Amino acid sequence: MSGGTAIALALFLPLAGAFGIVLVGRWPNLREGVTLVTAVALFLIVGSLYGPVTEGVRPALALLSVAPGLPLVFEVEPLGMLFGLIASFLWIVNSVYSIGYMRAKQEHNQTRFYACFAIAISSALGVAFAGNMFTLFIFYEVLTLSTYPLVTHAGTPAALKGGRTYLGILLFTSIGLQLVALVGTWAVAGTTDFADGGILAGTASDLVLSALLLLYVFGIGKAALMPFHRWLPAAMVAPTPVSALLHAVAVVKAGVFTVLKVALYVFGLDLVRTLAAGEFLTYVAAATILLASLIAMRQDNLKRRLAYSTVSQLSYIVVGAMMANGVAVMGAGLHLLMHAFGKITLFFCAGAIDAAHKTKEISKMRGIGRAMPFTMAAFFVASMSIIGLPLAGGMWSKWYLGLGSLESHHYVVLAALLISSLLNIAYLLPIPVRAFFASDEERAVWGPGIKEAPWLCVGALGFTALASVALFFFPGPFYRLLSLIPGLGS
Amino acid sequence: MIAQFVSQHLPALQVVVPLIAAPVCVLLRRPTLSWLFALIVTWICFAMSIALLIRLESAGTIVYEMGGWPAPWGIEYRIGMTSAIVLVIVSGIGSVVMPYAKASVAAEIDPARHYLFYTCYLLCLCGLLGVVATGDAFNLFVFLEISSLSSYVLIGLGRDRRALTAAFQYLVMGTIGATSIVIGIGLLYLVTGSLNMADIAARLPEPGTNRTVLVAFAFLGLGAALKLALFPLHVWLPAAYTHAPSAVTAFLAATATKVGVYILLRFIFTVFGATFAFTTMPLDAMLLALAVAAMFVASAIAIFQNNVKRMLAYSSVAQIGYMVLGIGIATQAGVAAGLIHLFNHALMKGGLFMAIGCVFLRTGSVRLESMSGIARTMPWTMAAFVLGGLSLIGVPLTVGFISKLYLIRASFEAGLWPFGVLVVLSSLLAVAYIWRVVETAYFREPTAEAARATEAPLSMLLPTWVLIGACVYFGIDAELTVDTAFRAAAALMQANP
Repeated sequence: MSGGTAIALALFLPLAGAFGIVLVGRWPNLREGVTLVTAVALFLIVGSLYGPVTEGVRPALALLSVAPGLPLVFEVEPLGMLFGLIASFLWIVNSVYSIGYMRAKQEHNQTRFYACFAIAISSALGVAFAGNMFTLFIFYEVLTLSTYPLVTHAGTPAALKGGRTYLGILLFTSIGLQLVALVGTWAVAGTTDFADGGILAGTASDLVLSALLLLYVFGIGKAALMPFHRWLPAAMVAPTPVSALLHAVAVVKAGVFTVLKVALYVFGLDLVRTLAAGEFLTYVAAATILLASLIAMRQDNLKRRLAYSTVSQLSYIVVGAMMANGVAVMGAGLHLLMHAFGKITLFFCAGAIDAAHKTKEISKMRGIGRAMPFTMAAFFVASMSIIGLPLAGGMWSKWYLGLGSLESHHYVVLAALLISSLLNIAYLLPIPVRAFFASDEERAVWGPGIKEAPWLCVGALGFTALASVALFFFPGPFYRLLSLIPGLGS
Repeated sequence: MIAQFVSQHLPALQVVVPLIAAPVCVLLRRPTLSWLFALIVTWICFAMSIALLIRLESAGTIVYEMGGWPAPWGIEYRIGMTSAIVLVIVSGIGSVVMPYAKASVAAEIDPARHYLFYTCYLLCLCGLLGVVATGDAFNLFVFLEISSLSSYVLIGLGRDRRALTAAFQYLVMGTIGATSIVIGIGLLYLVTGSLNMADIAARLPEPGTNRTVLVAFAFLGLGAALKLALFPLHVWLPAAYTHAPSAVTAFLAATATKVGVYILLRFIFTVFGATFAFTTMPLDAMLLALAVAAMFVASAIAIFQNNVKRMLAYSSVAQIGYMVLGIGIATQAGVAAGLIHLFNHALMKGGLFMAIGCVFLRTGSVRLESMSGIARTMPWTMAAFVLGGLSLIGVPLTVGFISKLYLIRASFEAGLWPFGVLVVLSSLLAVAYIWRVVETAYFREPTAEAARATEAPLSMLLPTWVLIGACVYFGIDAELTVDTAFRAAAALMQANP
């Protein structure tokens, strides 16, 4: 299979899957079968691109020309390869989890749910493999719209309100800011193609380029940089599998991935380093890291706490991109991967607790470790990864981000990273600790014996937790993949 | 023999065929028969405008002398790239609305008057096509009146009695506009002694030396602004669009104002010349200011409408603002962006009004609250509405996105970047009014009527989806639109229609 065919299949297959899901919607087992088969096939197709990419080839596909100078093109470079692998692999795990969760909660409209999910994955891969900013923007918008029905899945007034915030902020930033930046790039550079070292250097004054960078980074609302972060907590009204895969992995990672692409291939790291806007955004991101962590501490609803934690963790990647040195960007790229596995596990756990015991508040989870030992153990491991402690993969990305901040003398950023790790400990670790070490009365609430969520859920979350540990021991392949990008690594 | 005749007289036949067909329609009387006849005529018109557009690929401008009388004595038809685009839009929308009209008209208009409807429809089509095809200023006025008078009748034909006051209001405003245009033409005749537009352009004195020309320009500008419903001269539009029969609204919304924009372009670029309009007179600044006001004020008003047709009508006023903005940028790229939006907006607004007409057919109301939960019973109609709405917002893969892209780029290149930013900000207002409908239709519990409603008949659904499908198709493959619009703008810049 040639690279172009694989790209086309990767985009088309989930769409065909969505169609199939709607067709067989009447028979749940068959429908879930379609989802799983599609997910596995998709991962194999995306995986088939890995070999060529590590050999330095960049598989490409030119689809059609939308308008003169604006072609729909795809090109798989190492960063996109990494994002594509993460999204397609975790879709399999998440589908397994979804089946357990959605059936346990007896949710309505499951066909629409699985179909929209497949479309969202297709557009996430479109973002990953986009060969120019124009193509990326198109899939970025499709991702927003295809996830809207998932956010408002419950159909309750609260869900509608959340959906309004979600759509409002994401469309405002993308159409109001990012589109302006996109057309600005097209106007000054004459193209929007991604190229090593960027396309903007020397095309306009520093003032214009700084303005463009600001428009891009704030305009990529999915990266949830403050003050455009509120859509993420609002999106927590969605069913947990949606929060897990989309609002901890696909959607938010599409955002920070776009930030990295813009820094690497539109501006070029050298240019970002010299622009005043890059410096300013570094501090905005550092402030977001700290503020979001502080807000997370005050949340009693577990999913909301995790959402604010995600806001904070996303800015690790933005800060890495804006410091724009090889080591920091390597850290940012690795964080894409490490955070994905850690956070999806945490969301899986939150959903499992809700599915098994209908509990959403952290204050009511004391002693739950007795009833859900596997879930809470996984929660502990994933927390370690998010905090950045050894024996979990999250350590590596924080390590390189710290090194990067030293390299470009951003000591404030280093301090923010360290303080944030302490805050992470403060808002994450008490949850599993209090679950296991509780008074006898607190434990008694949960009744005798183990009462876990459906085994499909537990299996999925156990798997991603173990994967987080595995990533601590074997980060090599991903480091090597990313160091194929010119200028990355030490 | 016949083929040669048709080919030779194509520019005239484009207008003459519907003109002759209209009275024949009166003779036919029977509803179905007159519908079928009108349908065939509109499709023939569409075929002819496509043929004209194709012929323009090789010829720069098609000039046709009526009755063999040479200009400036005889009436001359002059069709360039811009006219060809507008001809295709008008006849194309006319022929898509026609199959839709059968069921819609049957439900909304007294059967005894059906033949009158189709007669007026053909007359209106003839008038609109004539305005675009002609190269004679007075002839333009005549055709404008033909289209206006027939559209007053079309609007008033429905059973809704409020349509009568709406039609009357339109009549008053439209007459002021037409009078203003005829005064302008008269003044030009006074100065140049000619009614042929190309001839007038050649005979006009040096810009700035003749005050009569300034007054003529002002009158013509005012008249065109009224006809194209430029804010704040738009007041006739919402009432007329709201109360007119569904098919009429869909047809007029997608064509009449576009022809108004064409008149403006025709006089600015091919009669007075860009230098006069934008350097001697500050028309660009005026157009930009009014366009921005339209984009924001009309969109904001749309958000607070409970009648969905009226909401879309205000949205039209805002969208006209985008076209005028493109003209006001006064560069080739700007005019091209305006033309791109002219075409794109015809597709999306036509589709949206047709979708809402389907809802009206089944529920008898277009009020927002009566659309509660309607998506469950009319999924195809509402899916069309959502796609059209997304296009209005300017989401990628729809024509609205292409329009925005080129408008923003044109304003950047002309150094008017704040206007590019205003374009995107105002398009966000569209999110607000479209999403009110989406939430109501998809998430509210259905009302009794909505629960009883069934999907619209195929004869209405198919035309709706043809336009909505075109919204998506030309949003993905915009090469043709963009290329044609840029060529038309280049021709306009050199004073060719």
